[in-house]
Amino acid sequence: MIPMEHYLVVSTLMFFIGVYGFITRRNILAILISLELMLNAVEINFAVFNRYLFPGSMEGMFFTLFGIAITAAETAISIAIIINVYRNIQCINVRSMNKLKN
Amino acid sequence: MGATANLIVFYSLAAFILAMSVMAVTTKRILRAATYLLFVLIGTGGLYLMLNYHFLAAVQLSVYAGGILILFIFAIFLTSLKGDTIEKFGSRSTVFALLTSLAGVSITAFVLIGTKFDYSLNPTVAGEHEINMKDIGFALMGTDKYQYLLPFEILSILLLACIIGGILIARKR
Repeated sequence: MIPMEHYLVVSTLMFFIGVYGFITRRNILAILISLELMLNAVEINFAVFNRYLFPGSMEGMFFTLFGIAITAAETAISIAIIINVYRNIQCINVRSMNKLKN
Repeated sequence: MGATANLIVFYSLAAFILAMSVMAVTTKRILRAATYLLFVLIGTGGLYLMLNYHFLAAVQLSVYAGGILILFIFAIFLTSLKGDTIEKFGSRSTVFALLTSLAGVSITAFVLIGTKFDYSLNPTVAGEHEINMKDIGFALMGTDKYQYLLPFEILSILLLACIIGGILIARKR
């Protein structure tokens, strides 16, 4: 039997790898990829807690299910926004998005 | 077969997932980052299989690996110019990000070490215990306690709004 903590270690490390990428990246698509990593780590946690601590119920599984669906919606909208940004300024670097500032 | 094989599969899967996550955030080419993300998502599907959530593994593969990754790859093809794929990282932000991640990991590790989870009496972890598809269907379509018709419908409206919003945002003016 695999200890539950080992799953949690995997998801924790994955989450903070995502945080690292979220801070260092300059391309918005790469930032979105890091965000996906973080969301994925959280969803693993839901499933693990459900399986190990509350095996009789299915709540964690449904949270994961709804989380996956919401992630899909969020990604579709963000990619639409990114494509629109690209159409306006021909670049998707976060440093060049300063039109509203001036 | 059995417990040892389970352990071997889990640890190799975990090592694979973590290695691919590190590559996904450190590679300089954006298309490679998307590919590594695909591997991470497939490995996560494997973790769900190890937890005996077969339905979740199927959803993970079809929605994430089939849907979201295709969106990502199309967006990368649409938005990257020829010399644009190679990305530079600022050294200051790298140090800052490393510090932040390490601080987060140490706080979480502190909590994790200090907490004792009691799951030794749980019989379903070791053996084969798959959730019945029929139970999932009834729980998604019921209106009683611990049933999820309302979130399901809200989610369908959210997806509809997302389709309309995506078309409105991304169309040509």
